[in-house]
Amino acid sequence: MADEELSILHGRRRRKNAFFTALVVIPALIVLGLLAAIVIEVLVKGAGAFSASFFLEAQKPFGDPGGGIANGIIGTLMVLGIASLVSVPLSLAAALYLSERKGRALARLLRLVIDSLQGIPSIVIGVVMYAWIVIPMKSFSAFAGGIALSLIMIPTVTTTILEVLLLVPSSFREAAISLGAPHWRASLGIILPAAKTGILNGVGLGIARIAGETAPLLFTAFGNPFMNLNAGKPTSAIPLIIYDYIKSPYQDWHQKAWGAAFLLVLFVFLVNVLIGAGGKGKKGA
Amino acid sequence: MKINRVGAAVLMALLFSAAGSLAVAQSSSITLLGSGASFPGPIYSKMFDVYAKETGVKVNYQSIGSSGGIKNIMDKVVDFGGTDSFIKDADMMKYSAPIVHIPTVIGAVVITYNLPGSPELKLTGELIADIYLGKVSKWNDQAIQSLNPSVKLPNLAIMPVYRSDGSGTTFNFTAYLSEVSADWKGKVGNANSVSWPVGQGAAQNAGVAGVVTRAPGSIGYVELAYANQNKLAVAMVRNSSGKWIDPSLSSISAAAAGSFPKDTRILLVNTSAPDGYPICAMTWLVVYKDQKYGNRSLDQAKALVDLLWWVSHDGQKYAPDLDYAALPPPAVKAVEDVVRSITYGGQPVRK
Amino acid sequence: MNDKRYFGILTGAAILFVALFAGLILTLVANSAATLGSSGLGFISGLEWNPVTLKFGAWPFIMGTLLTSFIALAISLPFSLATGILLGEYVRSSFVAKTANIFINLLASIPSVVYGLWGLTAVVPLVQKIETAAGVPAYGVGILSSSLVLAIMIIPFMSSMTREVLKNVPDSLRHGALALGATRREMVLGVSLPYVKSGIAAGVLLALGRALGETMAVTMLIGNATRLPSSLFSIGNTLASVIASQFNEAESDVHRSAMMELALILLLITFVINFAGRKIIEKSSGGRNGR
Repeated sequence: MADEELSILHGRRRRKNAFFTALVVIPALIVLGLLAAIVIEVLVKGAGAFSASFFLEAQKPFGDPGGGIANGIIGTLMVLGIASLVSVPLSLAAALYLSERKGRALARLLRLVIDSLQGIPSIVIGVVMYAWIVIPMKSFSAFAGGIALSLIMIPTVTTTILEVLLLVPSSFREAAISLGAPHWRASLGIILPAAKTGILNGVGLGIARIAGETAPLLFTAFGNPFMNLNAGKPTSAIPLIIYDYIKSPYQDWHQKAWGAAFLLVLFVFLVNVLIGAGGKGKKGA
Repeated sequence: MKINRVGAAVLMALLFSAAGSLAVAQSSSITLLGSGASFPGPIYSKMFDVYAKETGVKVNYQSIGSSGGIKNIMDKVVDFGGTDSFIKDADMMKYSAPIVHIPTVIGAVVITYNLPGSPELKLTGELIADIYLGKVSKWNDQAIQSLNPSVKLPNLAIMPVYRSDGSGTTFNFTAYLSEVSADWKGKVGNANSVSWPVGQGAAQNAGVAGVVTRAPGSIGYVELAYANQNKLAVAMVRNSSGKWIDPSLSSISAAAAGSFPKDTRILLVNTSAPDGYPICAMTWLVVYKDQKYGNRSLDQAKALVDLLWWVSHDGQKYAPDLDYAALPPPAVKAVEDVVRSITYGGQPVRK
Repeated sequence: MNDKRYFGILTGAAILFVALFAGLILTLVANSAATLGSSGLGFISGLEWNPVTLKFGAWPFIMGTLLTSFIALAISLPFSLATGILLGEYVRSSFVAKTANIFINLLASIPSVVYGLWGLTAVVPLVQKIETAAGVPAYGVGILSSSLVLAIMIIPFMSSMTREVLKNVPDSLRHGALALGATRREMVLGVSLPYVKSGIAAGVLLALGRALGETMAVTMLIGNATRLPSSLFSIGNTLASVIASQFNEAESDVHRSAMMELALILLLITFVINFAGRKIIEKSSGGRNGR
């Protein structure tokens, strides 16, 4: 690593450097501060709801003691699982296509499609998936919910993976080819692993993006006050419970809603950590 | 690509939940699905929880909004739809088969406001309409003061707050205003969502109440349950018999105690009942009159009909604790007739 | 597996997406048939939104959407870039960078409705103070409040991308600059950032797309009035917030159709903005690094 002290720095350049550093550090700290403020507020408002029954019991009507959001926890795991199963491979494929077939018309079209998909309000995605999946199946299902969420997740994941793929130095592919590897092997065996941290970060961000989505689930997963493990049946989800409870007149339910929101953020944090979303620091080149 | 071992475990867990559960066999107990109005959500949640304990029949109701409920029952993906406004004759045509309405509970729209000292105010329907039309814009306006001579009203601007999200509450509120004010009826009209001449919007009861409690001089309309649970100041409203009525469970039930139409489709606002609160809101469940459609079994139909009977009888006792008004006897009688008219392949399900 | 199959799978995925998108548009068009045919272009320019008389116009909402999204983007840009640069370039400890990055990602996981509620308690009173000082009606809610919260919501998308691409700048380039005597600032501004320009731009478009389609939080903070916003302090509506507010309780088919048409318009706007955005990226990169 080059040592700044060795270079000949005039005072002005040094000042500019320090100023820039401040310009970078201060806003970033503000962002982290905001995040802390929001999460702390959620925690403060919802901590009172935490108890064993909150995590282990399904919902109970207002006025009944105990009760929790266990049905929502299971449901969220199911729909997020299905959404990830569907969107990760598709996003990888789309990103690979976009990075390796850049000039083509289909690639340009695909790029626009992925970008524009984001502009569809999630409630509309839910309404369309209702028509495409729920009505033909004649049933609400975690499956339909997962598909709806995957459509929302895909643009985030694809875009992130793509930008990282584009930055893998061409020398990697050249080296692989010079060793006789076929194109596909170079892509999957060399390029993808080189972009690993970016891919994991994209997936982590994508999961974060959909974990709190409510509207699309209203018309697809539907919700369920009872515990359910069947992906073909209506399922609850934490955001649905939050939505219900927040709308109600009851302070107790509001507190549970905040508690559920905190749980959701905690869950996303854990998933991100476990899949290694933060990634390593620097990498050599 | 090496994946962190714990990460792999989590991935496996997610995948397992997703893929493995697709193979789980269908449960054999009966489940009924319903969706629609959010207003009765809490009381349905209580009723259906008790019902599951007593009969083993699981009822899954989701408050996705009246419009969603109507759509779902039209698409036949639920057993019953919940709605705060009954289906009009013209819209009945859209259903592939005749439907019936079963009222379940009654609520009310109350007027809440933010004034120093939280005095109890008396307001008439026409005055409320004028406020929301922007014709009366100061609290110490003569129109308000003359109705409340003992209250010292401040020289404060009135800020009307309305529901930004479409809702049955708005429907009933605007229905009331349309009944008592020809001006309102002409300029704005009556629906789940309207074009408000003045004021600002807020989402949900919580949003409206939030604005009102924070902004001095503001006035808004919310559900009774919400006002009670959060101890909001509410106004007394003059009903069509000239009495000043405080919104309460008894004055709400009283509003429905007059004559009740056989098909139960009645707009309760501006009731002629002498002791009734004038801005009441009933909520219904909508089902198909003949239950033999799709591949519905007789057992499913029986379960539904039994549920409807239970809700209008035994279920009613759970309403007051949650700030909902129970159906008065004439309404229950009408419900019984409707429920007895539900058939399966032409044969009545409940004798 | 061979190259042919590999590209077959990739192309298949690409076609699937395009077909999906076409299907979405078709479904939206089919569902907005009632208003699409009758009002035509008048729908886009109309200023009234009346579910009772069934007169629908989208212009105030189009303005609301564009205003809130671009203002949010403008507010968010410096913060997102700073965060991305800090975590992608300055922070050496991989543990700190990793943890901080996950925390930033968490901002994306907070449910929209929670952002709305937080905005009501934390942002709106502040804006009310500003409005009272400025002498305008102190609604609190409005374009400013919703833009501020929206700005926070879209930070993770821009900053995550910025960080990822900065991390991938070859050390040979960076060290080369430093070896020539550049300060950190000069290296970042002169070498790293230009190298990842299009990646950052992609992050900006991602964040913008997110802002355009956001519903719940905006709906709780924008005041919900059908009027053309005249200033930062105006209350108004966006295309997405109208849909989110009124869809669940729309009584008439025409009302529902009008909202599906709003969705169609929003989709078109997103499409056009992304198209223009990509064109600008292409022009400025001008063939550098083969991108």
